[in-house]
Amino acid sequence: MRKKKRAQKIVFKSEKDVPLMAMSTGTMLHNKTGAWRNIKPVIDLDNCIQCGICWKFCPDVCIFVEDELPVIDYDYCKGCGICAEECPTKCIAMVEEEK
Amino acid sequence: MKKVIMGNHALSYGAMLGRTQVIAAYPITPQTQVVELLSEMCADKTLDAKFIKVESEHSAMAACLGASLAGARTFTATSSQGLALMHELLHWASGGRMPVVMGNINRAMAPGWNIWADQNDSLSQRDTGWMQFYCSNNQEVLDTVIQAFKISEKLLIPSMVILDAFSLSHTYEIVDIPEQEKVDEYLPPFNPQLKITPDEPHAFGGLTGPEHYFELRYKLQKEMEKAPALIEETGKEYEKMFGRYLGLVDEYRCDDADIILITSGTVGSTARVAVEELRQEGIRVGNLRIKVFRPFPFEIVRNIVKGAEKIAVVDRNISYGHHGIFYEEVKSALYGHNNSVPIFGFIAGLGGRDITPSTFKEITNLALKKKRPEEEIIWIGVKR
Amino acid sequence: MKKEKKMAFSLPEEELMNSGHLACQGCGAALAMRYVLKALGQKVVLCIPACCWSIIDGQFPYSSLDVPIFHCAFETAAVSASGVKAGLEMVGDTETTVVAWAGDGGTFDIGLQALSAVAERNDNILYVCYDNEAYMNTGIQRSSATPYGAWTTTTPVKHFKERPKKDIDAIMAAHRIPYIATASIGYPEDLFRKAKKAKEIEGTRFLHIYAPCPTGWKSRPEDTIKLARMVVQNATFPIYEIEWGEKYTLNIKLKEKKSISDYLKIQGRFRHLTKKEIASMQEEVDRKWERLLSLVNSSREKDQIPS
Ligand SMILES: Cc1ncc(C[n+]2csc(CCOP(=O)(O)OP(=O)(O)O)c2C)c(N)n1
Ligand code: SF4
Ligand code: SF4
Ligand code: SF4
Ligand SMILES: [Mg+2]
Repeated sequence: MRKKKRAQKIVFKSEKDVPLMAMSTGTMLHNKTGAWRNIKPVIDLDNCIQCGICWKFCPDVCIFVEDELPVIDYDYCKGCGICAEECPTKCIAMVEEEK
Repeated sequence: MKKVIMGNHALSYGAMLGRTQVIAAYPITPQTQVVELLSEMCADKTLDAKFIKVESEHSAMAACLGASLAGARTFTATSSQGLALMHELLHWASGGRMPVVMGNINRAMAPGWNIWADQNDSLSQRDTGWMQFYCSNNQEVLDTVIQAFKISEKLLIPSMVILDAFSLSHTYEIVDIPEQEKVDEYLPPFNPQLKITPDEPHAFGGLTGPEHYFELRYKLQKEMEKAPALIEETGKEYEKMFGRYLGLVDEYRCDDADIILITSGTVGSTARVAVEELRQEGIRVGNLRIKVFRPFPFEIVRNIVKGAEKIAVVDRNISYGHHGIFYEEVKSALYGHNNSVPIFGFIAGLGGRDITPSTFKEITNLALKKKRPEEEIIWIGVKR
Repeated sequence: MKKEKKMAFSLPEEELMNSGHLACQGCGAALAMRYVLKALGQKVVLCIPACCWSIIDGQFPYSSLDVPIFHCAFETAAVSASGVKAGLEMVGDTETTVVAWAGDGGTFDIGLQALSAVAERNDNILYVCYDNEAYMNTGIQRSSATPYGAWTTTTPVKHFKERPKKDIDAIMAAHRIPYIATASIGYPEDLFRKAKKAKEIEGTRFLHIYAPCPTGWKSRPEDTIKLARMVVQNATFPIYEIEWGEKYTLNIKLKEKKSISDYLKIQGRFRHLTKKEIASMQEEVDRKWERLLSLVNSSREKDQIPS
């Protein structure tokens, strides 16, 4: 199971809050890249053979595994289509995003 | 312990007594002896440091930055072309708040190849956010390196300790080399506020938009503004322990002077010879040597020149299309505070042309003759 | 819907790269980082010069990686890493793997001088070059890693790149460093193994990773992995290791060497090429492949190499 980290916005109220140098203190998780998506991957779990290939090739680290099955985190999935392309059983379909 | 050493070795001893942990440097005349001695010190373990023998000054500074961010005390030394090659990384050092200390031997910029004294190399780095200390003797060089570590690490702003080519770098003088234990007492180990380590992962210096960049630079300036007081404070502390005060400026007979010669670097001592001779002729002249150029010591300069009727600034450098650089700075320091005193700007000694006591006499006489400067730049010694 | 079977993982599950990063859709460079960090673990410091990754990581005060990064000047990745390594050792940390992580521009071009010096000294760092075959950060300009024939904004179709890709691995081999490996994000397990192996080696280690860039290559984002496999299968980017500059080992052997035409066809950057030009490219690939095979075959055994 993937441990979910917190997405947190960091706000500097004044220069006093700003570190001495441009130094990060949080993750990019606040940046919900799912908004970039035009088409989205949908997994037909019935045909999934649990090979882990989609998980392995996702450049956005947004396929995780729950109960031994792949789950897509649509908050971050950019819709690149790699998972669908690489799935050996072709059980991931890229479908138009409803806007 | 007293030792007769050259200015370059005064830098090396300063770095050694400061217990530098990482050195990265590249040879260039007239700096070579600095790194040669440090290499020996590292080899025979008088100094427990890593010396990275880089392939360029650019890499020298890059290595220092990495080491500094990792929490090590770092030192390098260069001159002229080498300093210019580092330029990009000088901004990186100050913007990244990496307190590197660097020796720079003031040497003219090519072309033509010229290895002699000239301040255009370091003054071209004026706006890179480094503190700049212009020294006038070997003792001061050694002492200032030690003080620079202390100030730099406190403010997280890098320092450049500067000495003239040959007239200091290669001149042997008696130097008191302080005891290590006493230096350790004065200068505690570097305890970085920013540090790169896997134990506490941060990304340093990434993308920074207009919404934050401004504040980062504001903070850098605010720290820089604390430097003059800190230099005086650590200078007094140094005096208490070692008997030598390290201040922002160094004045000589300015109290009752009608005319003050403002200089920097080694020519200060030459100016003082002239001051003595002129005083014997009944001319009340003094010399103000500006040691710290960045941050510029506005207050103290204003105070010292308060009573003078005339000021003559002598620059071994030039900002083409403008003036001598110290001249610009002194004028800007006095503007709005002391608008009536005439300030004369002289340029002398570029590329190592001699500056002698008679040069200063000529300068003094020229300034005395005129009510106000009639030219933007008064050139001394150009064959025309 | 719970299945009896367990999910198969060919790589460790732990992630040191987070979602929310700024890479384009289907970015190969992002995958390269993900895999290398899986292999290296948390005890690393990355030195990242100007390149796509200086953007991908995110904006201050955020970062998408759970490891520390020194964002350094474009031409300084290698020596910045040497500096960090020296500094860490002087403050008592001898364990951390210090990594220079640079693009092809930062490696083949502007950073080559510093890299060469680091390799010549055999400084104890791991250098990783993710190769997307152009300057992508600044909008797709040619680098010396850009292959013959490719379009970039500075090698327009009418005047495409006429010189072959620089052989950086041969240059690095000439430095006789302990370890050099090529890898492709199309073969993550091979890449993972190499990064792990490199981590354990002392001295300068050089990892050259082929990382497709859909934005710069005008390829479809979903083809990223396919391209990263094809380039290996057609021998354009062979996968091998070099130890001490002498021992060549081919890691992915080719049962049947594919032609380059399918590979070229799915990348817009090669669309303008004529049959003749493609044929000459094929010849060059064949020649280089033969040369590599002969290096592999004539390689000395590792224990015969004076290190
Ligand atoms: C000294 C300097 N020159 C130029 C640049 C502009 N610049 C930033 S990244 C880059 C290209 C990077 O190309 P590469 O290393 O291949 O990485 P990529 O962007 O392709 O990931 C350039 C030219 C810079 N940052 N610094
Ligand atoms: S479409 Fe791309 S980003 Fe989305 S889950 Fe699939 S591989 Fe990941
Ligand atoms: S690639 Fe396809 S079959 Fe394999 S785990 Fe993912 S969805 Fe299931
Ligand atoms: S331009 Fe290419 S390498 Fe850069 S982030 Fe986009 S896909 Fe990745
Ligand atoms: Mg590139």
